[in-house]
Amino acid sequence: MITNETVDVLIIGGGASGAAVAWSLADTRMRIVCLEQGDWPEPSRYPSTGLDWENRQFGDYAISPNRRGMKADYPVNDDDSPIKIANFNGVGGGTILYAGHFPRMHPSDFRVRTLDGVADDWPIDYWTLEPYFAINDRMMGVASLAGDPAYPDKEAVMPPLPLGRTGERLGRAMNELGWHWWPSDSAITSQEYQGRAPCINLGHCGHGCAQGAKASTDITYWQEAIRNRVELRTNCRVSRIETNDDRMATGAWYFNGDGEEVFQPAEIVIMACNGIGTPRILLNSASERFPNGLANSSGQVGRNLMFHPYGLARGTFDEKLDAYRGSRVFMWSMQFYETDQANDFKRGYSYQFTRGFSPAITAINGMADGLLPWGEGHHAAYLSLFERQAGMVSICEDLPEEINCVTLDPTLKDANGIPAPKITYRLGENTRKMLDHSLARATEILTVAGAKDIVTRAPLPYAGWHLLGTARMGDDPRKSVVNSWGRTHDVKNLFIVDGSVFVTSGGVNPTSTIQAIALYIADQIKERLHDLFA
Amino acid sequence: MTFSPEAASLRLSDSQVSCLASIAGHMIPASAEFGVPAANDPAILQDMLSIIDHRDHAAVVALLAHVDEAAGGFLCALGTAEQAALLARLRMERPGFFAVIENIVARAYYRDPRVLASIGMEYRPPFPKGYLVEQGDWSLLDPVRQRGRIYRDA
Repeated sequence: MITNETVDVLIIGGGASGAAVAWSLADTRMRIVCLEQGDWPEPSRYPSTGLDWENRQFGDYAISPNRRGMKADYPVNDDDSPIKIANFNGVGGGTILYAGHFPRMHPSDFRVRTLDGVADDWPIDYWTLEPYFAINDRMMGVASLAGDPAYPDKEAVMPPLPLGRTGERLGRAMNELGWHWWPSDSAITSQEYQGRAPCINLGHCGHGCAQGAKASTDITYWQEAIRNRVELRTNCRVSRIETNDDRMATGAWYFNGDGEEVFQPAEIVIMACNGIGTPRILLNSASERFPNGLANSSGQVGRNLMFHPYGLARGTFDEKLDAYRGSRVFMWSMQFYETDQANDFKRGYSYQFTRGFSPAITAINGMADGLLPWGEGHHAAYLSLFERQAGMVSICEDLPEEINCVTLDPTLKDANGIPAPKITYRLGENTRKMLDHSLARATEILTVAGAKDIVTRAPLPYAGWHLLGTARMGDDPRKSVVNSWGRTHDVKNLFIVDGSVFVTSGGVNPTSTIQAIALYIADQIKERLHDLFA
Repeated sequence: MTFSPEAASLRLSDSQVSCLASIAGHMIPASAEFGVPAANDPAILQDMLSIIDHRDHAAVVALLAHVDEAAGGFLCALGTAEQAALLARLRMERPGFFAVIENIVARAYYRDPRVLASIGMEYRPPFPKGYLVEQGDWSLLDPVRQRGRIYRDA
């Protein structure tokens, strides 16, 4: 075994939150090392650069780590969940494959107990995070249109992405219904920005942006963090955190690219491995001092797993729309976001409207939807679908339930012999009702927009992107894992900055909020450096 | 169980390839009207075989075995009409089982240059040329502005 020199700060995970916290802490001039289990992505080899661009989304750029099965990936046992895990392991993490859809959580999301009598309030609020949302928008380069009535005022860093024909068609329908819609905040450059080229509508954002227009953290935060002397060590998979008799973290054990086990001592350890990777490592760090897993005196590590269950609706139109061109996700609706006493569920959902599909996906969906026959009628039916489809997905707020959890699989292990995470997840009754509501309203929207052959589906199985809640934030150490500024209650030099700390999920994509929280916690660390471990 | 990813393409036997070709031909036949080949066109079939990797190999082999068994030996031994009827019945019984084959056939067929030309799409990767998307009419947002704020204070 190898032991490295002690560093001041050890960050585990080089994705959305790890990059943000590394960048922010870099100005302390502390010695900072980040361990990332994957490698640097190579934009020049992203699928959209080759003729096999559609095919590779089912292979090395598949969203499921179990299907992808690359060296950087670890297996996830998600057999006991109707929603399967999606992620990416490498510098940039999930931002390599995300759509760049970049909504913030709303003010009410942080006060759900007070406002709606469900789950728990957060110990922080929207206004605590607001300055960090703004910094993050500038760091990631967010295209947006100011004045969205679904949010408090926020700065537009650059103009929004185009509405296109799809946006016009669906926007008119929303106006006819009198319902809210707005161009999305998108972490995709609409103009040249800090050395990044503007979006050229490759339409394949979900499998790496070869243009560099989409803000993945390998080309945003990490570039500046490394210039500021943060060391990012790739192909290093952490297995467990070590502690001492003072119940402090002393560093982390990891396997390097050659399979050697290495110990990295550190004064501060920061977990940034997402809502599955973080509890996996904490649970695997069980010891005599921490028999139930590290920082788990509350028993909450791994519990309260929240996804965003997705409902899908798509229809076929009588004219050609944008199809495979342009960012797939480009406008949203928050019409049904807030609790409505007329509904039989609490809280709500957002819609993200979606453009159409590329050639092969049109065929695959068409056959699955029963709209594209085998045999002679195939070609005519195909042309009635191709470039003529559009729709939306609803992103439903998932309430925390202890039964939904991440544990360690007793038999399944990764290539280094580290136990794999096992997911246990049931769709809650509130969420089911919300999904039904969202599909009914989506059908109304598409009908008013003039679509035919409307297909609805929920929950989408391969949509477990948003991994939240498994090391929740709270003031009460008996009911939460980290305090209001990200430090674990049990281990005073161990912090968590990823989606694990979410108390509730909101009904929007979480990356913007995850990164704002990471920046907020980094500032808390900097402000409290003189008595950080008190 | 230990996770050990593989990357190599896996070969199908000649009889498995024949069965796959028959299924693909029934799924997407040639059309003079649309000027397109069938999905069992030699070049497309070859491409199809190249994309069956370790991720799908077992499911494809299982499906082909199921079809051949239901055909009483080999699907190819049946007449065209009998093949079509059998495949329709089997698809009805187990649509999910056929989804893997539909996926693979579609991925190979809809990247063939002749097919892409027939649907009006250039045979090129998206990058670096990209595509054009119209800005759209931003005045459509005026009614949304006029309705005013919808978020709750908290």
